[in-house]
Amino acid sequence: MKKTLSLILVMLMMLFSFPTFAEDISLNAIFMKQAGYSEDDVLAMTQAFTESTGIQVNPTFVAYEELAPKILTASASGGYDVILGDCIWPAQFAKAGLVLDVTDRLGEVDLDDIYQGALDATKYEGKYYGMPWLNDVKYMFVNMELLKQAGIEEAPTTWDQLIEDAKACKEQGICEYPIVGCYAQAECLICDYTCIAGSFGGAFVDENNQPTLDSAENIAALDFMAQTLKDGLCNPKSLEMIEDDVLSTFASGSAVFAINWTYQYASMNDEAQSSVVGQGIITPIPGTDKAQSATVNGGMPLMITSGCKHPDEAWEYMLFLASREMQARYCANALPIWKSLYTDPQVIETAGAEVVAASQIQFDYIVNRPMVPYYNELSTAMQSEIQLVLLGQKTAQEALTGLQATALELADR
Amino acid sequence: MEHKTIRRSIGPRSRGRTVLYMFLGLVLAVGVLAPVLWMFMTSIMRPVDLTAKPLKLIPETTTLERFRQIFSSDNGSDPAYVFRIALKNSFIIAVAVTILSLIVGSLSAYAFAQVRFRGKKGLMLTILFTYMLPPAALIIPLYRIYSRLGFLDRKGPLAILYLSFIVPFIIWVMQDFFGSISKSFEEAAQVDGATRLQTLYYIFLPIARPGAIATGILAFLMSWDEFFYSLIFTSSLSSKTMPVAIAEFNGKFTIDYGMISVAGILGSAIPVLVTVIFQKYIVMGMTAGGVKE
Amino acid sequence: MELKREEERYGYFLITPSMIVVFGVIIIPIITTLVYSFVNIDPLSSHNGEFAGLSFYRKALTSSEFWADLGRTLYFTAASTAIETIFGLMIALLLNEDFPGVKFLRSIIIIPWAIPTVVNGSLWKLMLNGEYGVINALLMRMHLIDAYQSWLGNPKTAMLCIVIADAWKMTPLAVIFFLAALQGIDRTRYEAAMVDGAGAFRRFTTITLPALRPTIMVIIVMRTVEKFKAFDIFYLMTRGGPANSTKTLMYDTYLQAFTNLNYSEASTLAYLIVLVVVLMTLGYIRLMRREDS
Repeated sequence: MKKTLSLILVMLMMLFSFPTFAEDISLNAIFMKQAGYSEDDVLAMTQAFTESTGIQVNPTFVAYEELAPKILTASASGGYDVILGDCIWPAQFAKAGLVLDVTDRLGEVDLDDIYQGALDATKYEGKYYGMPWLNDVKYMFVNMELLKQAGIEEAPTTWDQLIEDAKACKEQGICEYPIVGCYAQAECLICDYTCIAGSFGGAFVDENNQPTLDSAENIAALDFMAQTLKDGLCNPKSLEMIEDDVLSTFASGSAVFAINWTYQYASMNDEAQSSVVGQGIITPIPGTDKAQSATVNGGMPLMITSGCKHPDEAWEYMLFLASREMQARYCANALPIWKSLYTDPQVIETAGAEVVAASQIQFDYIVNRPMVPYYNELSTAMQSEIQLVLLGQKTAQEALTGLQATALELADR
Repeated sequence: MEHKTIRRSIGPRSRGRTVLYMFLGLVLAVGVLAPVLWMFMTSIMRPVDLTAKPLKLIPETTTLERFRQIFSSDNGSDPAYVFRIALKNSFIIAVAVTILSLIVGSLSAYAFAQVRFRGKKGLMLTILFTYMLPPAALIIPLYRIYSRLGFLDRKGPLAILYLSFIVPFIIWVMQDFFGSISKSFEEAAQVDGATRLQTLYYIFLPIARPGAIATGILAFLMSWDEFFYSLIFTSSLSSKTMPVAIAEFNGKFTIDYGMISVAGILGSAIPVLVTVIFQKYIVMGMTAGGVKE
Repeated sequence: MELKREEERYGYFLITPSMIVVFGVIIIPIITTLVYSFVNIDPLSSHNGEFAGLSFYRKALTSSEFWADLGRTLYFTAASTAIETIFGLMIALLLNEDFPGVKFLRSIIIIPWAIPTVVNGSLWKLMLNGEYGVINALLMRMHLIDAYQSWLGNPKTAMLCIVIADAWKMTPLAVIFFLAALQGIDRTRYEAAMVDGAGAFRRFTTITLPALRPTIMVIIVMRTVEKFKAFDIFYLMTRGGPANSTKTLMYDTYLQAFTNLNYSEASTLAYLIVLVVVLMTLGYIRLMRREDS
């Protein structure tokens, strides 16, 4: 009985496992679908790379939400060599030993020409773990048409002014809820809070990566967010919204002010999706007397996994994808990481003059979400606590004091 | 047919009852179809109308562009094309899983229901137990095994994995259907000189057929709908399944409700057709008498 | 004696294929996961790799988060299983009758079940949307609400919405199984009861319900296990929000494994889920037995 059983098992295994033949050098890479560079762009870049180096690359594309589970499950068995990761992952991946230290390799790169915020995101304990590739930050989008109806000619540059303008729009019946945010229980809530807290002069960690969640500035910023909801200036449905809902609300003309990523610019000016074509502008996020503006880094770096057997070739591939040449050619879907490219007329034309202009100011105020290994767990805790404040069930003080304790506990894990 | 005659013989039914049934049927139809109708509307509405406020329930302009894209796209990196291929993969896997799990599962279900052997209860519970563990906790060690065996990104091994959690269900459900069949059938058949497997095939299976068909639909849909394992274990067009392809209509910040609805319509059409074909076997009336103890 | 031996051998023979299918692949991950719950597997911790004994279980059981998660999971499980079983039985009884249009209803009842979960979650999320959802538009038109509501953004209604979305899709499963089981009931018993003058309600409680009891049991257990493991619909519709009001044990397991990289806590939660489900299943079985005797 036992013999037959094991025989069947062995036969089953043979049936389904073919030997894999050793090839020349071949890399497995994982990318994301439907955001930033398109799949076709990445395939074209990869083909150009293979033609010039002879190194084979098999790219896999998955939806953004599926990137982390795919990477993490495969990490134990060395499934991928090059991975595209969110800018909040490098610290965690580095601490867990999933990705390689590339500090020395970065020596050959002209780092001064890369935006510091993008570079910082790959840093953990003084070492770099990735090459910045996709570049994105949040901006303020303003429906100027609605604003003009309220007799206001210029977009606000401070939060105080924005509140005044929002009140004017609401009181004159131009817009029921002038402000909209993506405050759903998801990472997008922390992105918005990072922008607002930053522009109030707050930060979630200090220069030594120690949590400072309960700082007066952070509390003031969260109070401010809750107040806009309480006053009916901010759309109460924001609590179920992610980025795309904010875009839709803005694009249907139901909001005057919205914070969102670069992609909103193209979508709100696309007649197929928007009824406010030509009405909205992209502009830096407003500030306070403590900070002129602040935005959150939403970039995505490329990293080499620690299971990679050909790290040199993997690095070569990453440098190729992130090269000025490639970034200039494919900048229609993602802004370059290289400062020098922003004066290139070709880039300005492809990426859009208005976007480039706004980005040149906004990039100076990039804030990274805490680059600590426990960030994801902290973010999960922050999302629900912040929502409680926005729902009016907790004060900002209570929530952030509690979160500070949580963060200290996590840092100690 | 027989069903009807029996029904009628039960007694004259008042017209009032028929009207009541028809009214309840109408309520049921609305409840079932209203969301489906909205899915259909979503699939043909222009994106700008989908998010318009106030929402127009009947849009002025509609578009079949999305359907055209699904059926005509031949670009390997277009999610619409991926979906079409994934639909085929899903169908192959679901059919294989359904047939295999019904064969393997009904043998065991019969054993658990009708044959006396030691350790039966314990085994039954152990089988149920394997199904209770959440995939999120099993998947990392499972991936390691699959990777070592070269099982990744292949339809066959994915089907094996599906079998491992669908078969316990089949056993659990089918043993209920087998359990209600009188033991006297088997004894009678044995007196007639039939082997036990013959008895199983000629006597028990036909009686359990409505249950077996219902169970088959369950197996088909469980395989058809599975998302998490497929997500982790497939990566290319050669094995990617439909639910994973649908998820790819979503971007980092975006949800393409229109395409998801098209995918929903096409993705549910196949199981609905399969069910409609087999459903007559579920509700077709059994030979009266002696079936149940 | 010889006969009994043969009977046993026959039983083992019948269950061998499914044992191979069920345990062949999954046994190693099951054991690995169990080991993980006793050894610290957390690449972010300085205690990574150390033996932890029961400390993860102690930590989970003493945290208020675990009990809150469990409470929400139980609410979701109980509410949607109850809806599915009760409505499923009622609809099956209706569809088992003979009236104009019943064939059509029997064909469409399967549709919600056939819609992939990935689509179902997105569809309901769209319909429930606070800005441009059709449910808000309809309720406004019927003057049932005076302003658009944020159904999924309100902690009081979010879980209920998920229960409805899930029950809408899965009730047909119960309907199909009850329909199949209803076919097995000997119709002559109804005739005999009619002759005895038993009314419709009495016939239902004395004939139909007892005959369906095993099926009810199977469905309740099956759905309980499934509900405890439900993940996709939460992920698609709310991701545990707002303010954790839809965060379940299964969702937490996923978070622990794939966002916190805390495999030990994920494995511990997985086994605690199994423990709760096993206890509930045993509870059901005991309850059924008591009623039988």
